[in-house]
Amino acid sequence: MSGQRAAYRRRQTAFRWVALTVAVAAFAAPLLGAFDFTTQGPGGNGRTAETWLTLVDVSKVTTDYPALREGFLASVSLAIVTPLVMLLILVPTMTWVRLRLPGLSRTVEFICLLPLTVPAIVLVVGLGPVYAWVYYLLGSSTLWLSLAYVVLVLPYAYRSLDAGLRAIDVRTLSEAARSLGASWFTVMRRIVLPNLRSAVLSASFLSVALVLGEFTIALLFSKKNLQVAMYELGKSDAKISVAVGLLALAFAFLVLFAMSFVGSSTAGSSPFARLRRSRAVRKEPAA
Amino acid sequence: MTLAPTRGTAVRLTDLHRVYGGVAALDGLTLHIEPGEFVALLGPSGCGKTTALRCLAGLEDPDSGTVEVGGHDLTRVPANKRDMGMVFQAYSLFPHMTARQNVEFGLELRGRDRATRQARTAEMLDLVGLDTHADKYAHQLSGGQQQRVALARALAIEPQVLLLDEPLSALDAKVRAQLRDEIRRIQLEVGTTTLFVTHDQEEALAVADRVGVMSVGRLEQLAPPAELYSAPQTPFVADFVGLTNRVRARVEGTTAHLLGGSVPLLPGSASGPEALVLVRPEGVHVEHAADGTASVVSASFLGGHGRVIVRIPDGTLLTVQVANTEVTGFAPGDPVSLSPRGDAALAVAG
Amino acid sequence: MADAPRGRALGRHRPSSALLGVVPFFAYTTVFLLIPTLVVLVGAFLDGNNGFTFGNVQALTTPAVMRALRNSVVLSAVTAVGGAVIGGILAYAVSTAKASSVTKRFITSLCGVLAQFGGVALAFAFTASFGMTGLITLWLNNMGVDTGTGFWLYGWNKGLMLVYLYFQVPLMVIVFLPAVEGLRPQWREATETLGGSTWTFWRRVAGPILLPSFVGAMLLLFTNAFSAYATAKALISQGTPLLPLQIAGTLSSEVILGQENVGKAMALAMVVVVAVVMTAYVLLDRRASRWMQR
Repeated sequence: MSGQRAAYRRRQTAFRWVALTVAVAAFAAPLLGAFDFTTQGPGGNGRTAETWLTLVDVSKVTTDYPALREGFLASVSLAIVTPLVMLLILVPTMTWVRLRLPGLSRTVEFICLLPLTVPAIVLVVGLGPVYAWVYYLLGSSTLWLSLAYVVLVLPYAYRSLDAGLRAIDVRTLSEAARSLGASWFTVMRRIVLPNLRSAVLSASFLSVALVLGEFTIALLFSKKNLQVAMYELGKSDAKISVAVGLLALAFAFLVLFAMSFVGSSTAGSSPFARLRRSRAVRKEPAA
Repeated sequence: MTLAPTRGTAVRLTDLHRVYGGVAALDGLTLHIEPGEFVALLGPSGCGKTTALRCLAGLEDPDSGTVEVGGHDLTRVPANKRDMGMVFQAYSLFPHMTARQNVEFGLELRGRDRATRQARTAEMLDLVGLDTHADKYAHQLSGGQQQRVALARALAIEPQVLLLDEPLSALDAKVRAQLRDEIRRIQLEVGTTTLFVTHDQEEALAVADRVGVMSVGRLEQLAPPAELYSAPQTPFVADFVGLTNRVRARVEGTTAHLLGGSVPLLPGSASGPEALVLVRPEGVHVEHAADGTASVVSASFLGGHGRVIVRIPDGTLLTVQVANTEVTGFAPGDPVSLSPRGDAALAVAG
Repeated sequence: MADAPRGRALGRHRPSSALLGVVPFFAYTTVFLLIPTLVVLVGAFLDGNNGFTFGNVQALTTPAVMRALRNSVVLSAVTAVGGAVIGGILAYAVSTAKASSVTKRFITSLCGVLAQFGGVALAFAFTASFGMTGLITLWLNNMGVDTGTGFWLYGWNKGLMLVYLYFQVPLMVIVFLPAVEGLRPQWREATETLGGSTWTFWRRVAGPILLPSFVGAMLLLFTNAFSAYATAKALISQGTPLLPLQIAGTLSSEVILGQENVGKAMALAMVVVVAVVMTAYVLLDRRASRWMQR
């Protein structure tokens, strides 16, 4: 290739590489420092893999760091329960509103986007009396945190499911199914849900991400989840807590990276990206 | 204020080559456009017509070959110095500007003073029939209106060449037909040399002075529409432009014998003894015959004319054009006989 | 209370059985979203005996609370602007890559992780790196920079800002990248054929088009920093220089009886700030999507 356009493209590529390398290096620096910290020997001298070996030894972790185990299991169970509750509440409601109560769609949208203006710390303040009743009626298990987490995740899950419903034109499909004799339940189960798979996956993924990263509500309700356990551990055994933090970050990155190849929308997907994909865009062929 | 006098500029694309992704998008394209001429580049997607247009615009660099406009070699000149007006297929209006501001944009970049800009913009918007919509934004205009504004914007700067990259493809059928005639009318009024790219042969035939049919990076034939239709030089052109029937025939020299009659062959036809002759629907005559060897498969009334599909003894299906008053007389299964009307046709081996 | 507007919205010919289908949703959100919001809204104006009072709101004007509010606003504003500028440049850099390139996936995944999982892990990573034996401290010392006692990291207007940038910049990339990618190639090409240079394109076309998205994203970054609790909690062990920390402080059992509702007043103040900024964000987002859709 020759000419000005090639030169422009080369300049652009150079800029991209420089900018991204600087950025990745800057982001990696504290993470590298954290890793370095976990391998330091006593008093800052020498190197040791003791911290990591301890972590890998699950039985040792269970005996020496029971809080960590407890927090990990709690977060995992919350990460399973929260998306389930969210889907159970949102999918039927949103489909139902789309099909039978279109006048309510604005109200539902408003309520689902409301949590964006209610920071977690504020929600904690307001949930006090509510959770007093929850504990009274349902026991004080950590799992009940999922009820609050669903609220936190509502805006992102709503956007994801809404885009999915819009993309499959629920109205037409359900009318076709009804004209062939299907009941509303059958329409839900056999027409809507199978077609919503990617939106459901995306919304669930967003929920899992939020649950695993949640700290504020758990701490202020005196419950132990992964983040709280890490935090408390940090006061007593810094190396282990830093190592756990790194592991969590690395794990989350790998999952996100792998998911980006599967093709479903990531945590940061916005309506722009979806809209742009659905239009025919004529792009200049890449060099 | 009067429009600028006719500014015809000749365009010469010489032996353009362009390869990307291992595919030759342009494979030795040579095209000369006369001053003030309206040339359409026609072909299926991937034939290189858009690449050729973009090389002319400077939005792509050819690997080899030259681009000359008005006698100047523009091959190495960047796009923003080529003084060309371009209309894209879609989305080309700046969304944050009104129609008026869009049209004024090029004039501002050229440093025209406010009075000149405003007068010229008003003139252009009037030319495309959108003076009442001047202060609307792109998202407030229909697809057809947006393309008109894009056209006004391209013409406002009095370009040497007007480039249109499938400007009607994204529009509704009715708007398409209307707008293409308008584009032609405006082009005749302004007199700018124009290159128009499309995959729709009806569009190309309807508006162009000459049509260039392209296939896999090469120009198959460049001729006025009528000549392209009645005297195709290659089988690709014969197939791509208009409907074609392929009929088995016996060839003797420059005459082919088929359907109980004979037809003169166009230069470039395959030689005998057997060949397929490419016959147009209106080149065949069909009539009822109780002892006819062919039979009707279906008949359609298409408004201005009618179309009958007939099966001949060797199994081939032929599309025949008939007068709209006669088509209703043909029913599926009717025995009929066919004869060629005698228009010259192209023969291919097969 | 909710039936009247619902009835008006639905019109006359609506079978009431269909409404049953949305009861679970409304019941759930009422209990876990609307009631807590009301608790904060109403509680802010109640005193220890549940009588109406402006006392809590007045308590907001005490030096400690005003300082926390001011610090939070400054911290959020600085990291919002800084994050927006740096993240914006990064987003542009990422957008120039091919659509399905590994680089793009890598960067967007990295940003996704850092934006979401900031908080405790990130705070610890910084503590480790900037500690006495930390890697970054050693680097800085080698370069001749005196890192002093290392308390720089824990200052709300020093180290904390840097840590906040570590999840603000990735968030900016995530939120702003779709806008940059929404710039149609035809706009650039049209500018070129009309005679504009690269500078013209950015100044007259891309810049104005991206401005609503950019400012909107910056506002989002502001609320993100303003509401953040985990990172601050993990790094600041003494004092409550930021508003979220002050609010959390009122929830502990050390609070004087009758003063718990001051926390609600603070929470109300926070909600007001966030609501105002989010409304501005939504309006800008709507304008941006109108332009981008075409």
